[in-house]
Amino acid sequence: MPLEQNQAFATAFARGLLDPTRPAPPDVTGRDGRSAGRRYDVYRNNVTVSLIEALAAIYPAVQRITGPDFFRAMARCHIRKSLPTSPLLFDYGRDFPAFIESYEHARELPWLADVARIERGWLDAYHARDAAPLSPAQLAAVAPDRLADLVFMPHPAAGIVRSHFSAVTIFAANRDTAPVERIDGSTPEDALITRAEFDVTVRHLPPGGAIFAASLMSGRPLGEAAASALDAAPDFDLASNIAGLIEAGAFTSIAFGDAG
Amino acid sequence: MSAKHTVTAFVLAGAVSTALATLAVAAPLTKAEGDAAVAAKKEKCFGVALKGQNDCAAGPGTTCQGTSTTNFQGNAWKFVQGGTCTSIELPNGKKGSLKPV
Repeated sequence: MPLEQNQAFATAFARGLLDPTRPAPPDVTGRDGRSAGRRYDVYRNNVTVSLIEALAAIYPAVQRITGPDFFRAMARCHIRKSLPTSPLLFDYGRDFPAFIESYEHARELPWLADVARIERGWLDAYHARDAAPLSPAQLAAVAPDRLADLVFMPHPAAGIVRSHFSAVTIFAANRDTAPVERIDGSTPEDALITRAEFDVTVRHLPPGGAIFAASLMSGRPLGEAAASALDAAPDFDLASNIAGLIEAGAFTSIAFGDAG
Repeated sequence: MSAKHTVTAFVLAGAVSTALATLAVAAPLTKAEGDAAVAAKKEKCFGVALKGQNDCAAGPGTTCQGTSTTNFQGNAWKFVQGGTCTSIELPNGKKGSLKPV
């Protein structure tokens, strides 16, 4: 079949795959030219189920929280509105957290979308480019009077998720198989996601930590980043946050900003 | 050094040197609450091999999901059991739940 004809066939074939109210394409026929609606249904099912499985594999904590039946219903609802744009399945479902936030049946679980954002960040960190993290020795070599202008290059796997809810605790409790103890969902928690070597790590950032880390990761110099963190959280502990970010592998190197 | 910073060079130098000292003894720097989260790093090979399902018999609840025309309505939330959402509480004493709406 020539390419254009092939594409036309694929387009016509695909049209009904996510819309079960559409009939099977007319040129899908069985033996003796009989209609083959049930055979087409097998494709319909494979597309939907494989995308549900992809979401379940990317968002296992969300599935554990809601239970599989709710999850599958929610996932199916999302899939019908949001087709894959890449052949890479691990890239699918990037807009699922936003969908969860707007999904009316999940309204009583306001923290669920943020848990999903952490899971998405986890997988992005997993697939991010490898890079050697910043070594403390590089920081130790900086003259004290130049520290304020120091800028930090973010590690490719480093990410931050901020939440008004206890999203990190809920995420951690549900990425495991151990029974979930009672959790107060109302404590705001920010997550730092990193992968210094092979294992993705999710850390709970202390007050001011997310602003500090995000400022540094966006290229603002150390002095400014520390000032914004202190503005946001007066009990911000600068030393432990610097140490924590370096230990987590949030950066790859340092340089001096324009003012330096 | 610009004077607009509320964080002086002196404070920065102290913080960095404390940070480096902490790193040198390799103390765990995240809070205890982070421990459980760190445990999540043990997950392996996730998302690498996402499998497809090849027929309509993919298990209970999945049968021909792709061909279903019903979307779940409020009264369909009878299948809450199995989820952990009921152990997560919100300030008004409300527990997360997926009750029928």
